[in-house]
Amino acid sequence: MIIVNGNKYKIEPALLDKKLSEWLREDLFLTGVKIGCEIGVCGSCTVLVNNQAKRSCKMLVKDAVGHEITTIEGISGEDGTLHPLQQAFMDAGAIQCGFCTPGMVLSALALLLQNHQPTRSEIRQALKGNICRCTGYQQIVDAVEMAARIMYPRIK
Amino acid sequence: MKPAFRNDAYAKVTGAAKYTDDYTLPRMLHAVPLHAQTASARVISIDCSLALQSPGVLRIILAEDIPGSIKFGQIIKDYPTLAHKRICSTGDVLALVVAESRAQALAALPLIKVQLEELPAIFDPEQAMRKDAELINPEYGSNICNYHRVRTGDIQEGEEEAELIIEQDFSTSRIEHAYLEPESALAHLRSDGVMEVIGSMQHPFSTRRFVASTLGFELKDVEVRTVPIGGAFGGKDDTAALVCARAALCAYLLKRPVKLTYNREMSMRESYKRHPYRMQYRMGVKKDGSITFVKVRMVADGGAYCSVTPWVTWRSTVQCCGCYEVPNVHCDVYGVYTNNVFSGAFRGFGSPQVNFAIEQLVEIAAHKLGMDEIDFRRKNMVKQGSTTVTNQVLDTHKVSLQEVMDKVLSEIDYETKRAKCSFGDPKQDKWYGIGFAISYRGMSLGAEGVDFNSAILNVQPDGSVLLETGVHENGQGSESAMILIAAEELGLPVERIRYRLPSTSNIPDGGTTVASRGTLLGGGATTKAARILKGIIAETLLKEYDLSAERFEKGQILTLEGQTICTWEKAIALCYSKQVYPYAFGVFQAPRVSWDEETGHGDAYFTWVYGCQAVELEVDPKTMKVTLLNLVAAHDVGKAINPAMVKGQFYGGLAMGAGYGLFEEVPLADGGVIPTNLHQYKLMRATDLPEMTAIIVENPDPTSPSKAKGIGEPTLEITAPAIANAIYRATNKRYVDQPLKLRP
Ligand code: FES
Ligand code: FES
Repeated sequence: MIIVNGNKYKIEPALLDKKLSEWLREDLFLTGVKIGCEIGVCGSCTVLVNNQAKRSCKMLVKDAVGHEITTIEGISGEDGTLHPLQQAFMDAGAIQCGFCTPGMVLSALALLLQNHQPTRSEIRQALKGNICRCTGYQQIVDAVEMAARIMYPRIK
Repeated sequence: MKPAFRNDAYAKVTGAAKYTDDYTLPRMLHAVPLHAQTASARVISIDCSLALQSPGVLRIILAEDIPGSIKFGQIIKDYPTLAHKRICSTGDVLALVVAESRAQALAALPLIKVQLEELPAIFDPEQAMRKDAELINPEYGSNICNYHRVRTGDIQEGEEEAELIIEQDFSTSRIEHAYLEPESALAHLRSDGVMEVIGSMQHPFSTRRFVASTLGFELKDVEVRTVPIGGAFGGKDDTAALVCARAALCAYLLKRPVKLTYNREMSMRESYKRHPYRMQYRMGVKKDGSITFVKVRMVADGGAYCSVTPWVTWRSTVQCCGCYEVPNVHCDVYGVYTNNVFSGAFRGFGSPQVNFAIEQLVEIAAHKLGMDEIDFRRKNMVKQGSTTVTNQVLDTHKVSLQEVMDKVLSEIDYETKRAKCSFGDPKQDKWYGIGFAISYRGMSLGAEGVDFNSAILNVQPDGSVLLETGVHENGQGSESAMILIAAEELGLPVERIRYRLPSTSNIPDGGTTVASRGTLLGGGATTKAARILKGIIAETLLKEYDLSAERFEKGQILTLEGQTICTWEKAIALCYSKQVYPYAFGVFQAPRVSWDEETGHGDAYFTWVYGCQAVELEVDPKTMKVTLLNLVAAHDVGKAINPAMVKGQFYGGLAMGAGYGLFEEVPLADGGVIPTNLHQYKLMRATDLPEMTAIIVENPDPTSPSKAKGIGEPTLEITAPAIANAIYRATNKRYVDQPLKLRP
């Protein structure tokens, strides 16, 4: 069994050797999982596996069995309210073509769950595996900083 | 700063945005291409019998199956949808396998047996230019795809006046666009006989021409719709359009929807790259620092197909002396056919190459004269009313070169930091360097193309507005910019305006969204449409209230003096009740430009932009590794419509420009692309870049109805030479080949 965005899925044996990225896209229609390279170097297929950022193109369905997966579709509220990170990406101008965005947001989320007050260089380090060809990363780093302040306000 | 506005951000940040490959249609089939992987050969036979027996395979399509024209092209029709009898490039596609699933189609690829007779190939442009060279494109009759020149003043006089002459060769590399989303297309033949296509392409109208030509259809029978695309940077024109044409071909022949999605390997193998240049410069200067002449010969490797090589090299020609006044110029530029993977449009479009050379050349000259490189630039740079090397007087807009340069140099504190540069000091264990570069850039297509665009504003009975323009959203935020322009003109909140899903069947051909012309042209058309619309509403109000509507603000319509006439909604309701459509079609025609091929003279572009960038860096003398410490840029954008997105263009351009300077290059073997995926093609990552500073300079442009000019390309055209100049001050060595490979 795999939990994806809070829903439980029983896995047919025939699916076990399918790429996780393909299963998410083709069988669950979670097309927010983007495919940029298929060899684990661009980060656009990033998902959270037990809150760790992983490249789903480098995993098979069987590697995910028994684990909890979150895709970009799973982080906003049922009613469409955005996660603070999503809102920050919008406000900071961190989105251009948007193809890297789901992976970026999830890598950033994995970071913030671990480190509530990352420095800019820690943010850059955490996003190192995610390529963005459009933005030069500057406003993405801004967005993650902005979200950290909202998600984990510092007690004065 | 105000939060960024983007009409598509919500969909993109939630994963709801659907890019081409995210769509599926009932009964959809999948196609994959078979690449030639040989640069020059005659096709003897293609045996598909085994592949056809492979599970799920329905058909294998060859050039003979094409109902329309096999070849098409934007300038010269030399680019084959499927290679026919003759292979000219490793990226040529020989066949398309169509199967029930993508995996099945891919599995059948190696089963196709191709018999080829390899022919001699030419990979060196200089060799291709020789009179006795084999013709790459015999129908065209020459391996010189195009030739441009400039003849200004008297080069002999310039030589005689010169007190110092500098000769220097420069070279630049072929680079990959590396848009994050590889090409994809989905086509289906509708029941009304229209071939409908969505695709990851940046020019729907060009795509429509490619599709129509391949199928032998009229333009009205092909409809190309726009969906989000994962980056383009100039790179999703010809190849992406052909991917769409191939999907359409499959859909036409099989009468079922067909998706053709490229993986990264296919994309890198086939897609066109930035033109590599070789440039030979000779420059004369006087002791007082004035430039007396520039003589230059440039050869651009266009590869196997023409694409837009004549246009790219034309920009290099117009801007051959950088942003300097030079009285005597002799410039020859050649675009050349070879059997290499072909070259085409790439953000910058012929300027990054030239600036890489010129912005180093002026520093070499200043250094030899013992002159400050800032003073040398100040002395020679174009100013208000200057005449460019192509004889254009710069007087239609504010020439802000000095302003952008001063802003950057003061922001980065250039003169103080320059004194700290290492110049390869053996006693230091880290070498520090600072450098900068400046440029001007002709806006939009210039004399290389027909330049106009349109916009439709269609107000609904409830007062909400549908907007559409002939500009294409490539990810840069052009739709948002158009909405902001319309909102400001009409005095409405952005929420009341929807950018309608664009289609080639709905709005006239607005040309390609290249050359940083989106905001300028599309914004111009939107402004014009808004003004027409306001005129229609004002006329209706005048009849009803006998008041002259002059101001549209905050949802209210007012007289000049500020008397409220009525709300926007009421005015719109009134229009409908009076049988008047609040609907406007606006056209922006670029002001006239001119060009004389003989002399290379003319008003090449109707307006220009100006920029300056500076960089600080460190070099490790042991490893010669370069670490960027700081990047600062100032660009005149006319008017910043969406400041956060404008800054995004700065940062993205700087990052791409820095990668171009430091390491980007696509190595070839026998004309074919060696890197098969992004693990072999280094791109800037978040950790490779320093914090950047973007300085927006606004001098509203009188030639632009929205006052805005472009920003997409200027931001990456001078980063590489700024880095080269900083590396010189760090190491005391000049590197004249891009990418800058430092040697211990
Ligand atoms: S698609 Fe998985 S890392 Fe690129
Ligand atoms: S926004 Fe285009 S790749 Fe990041």
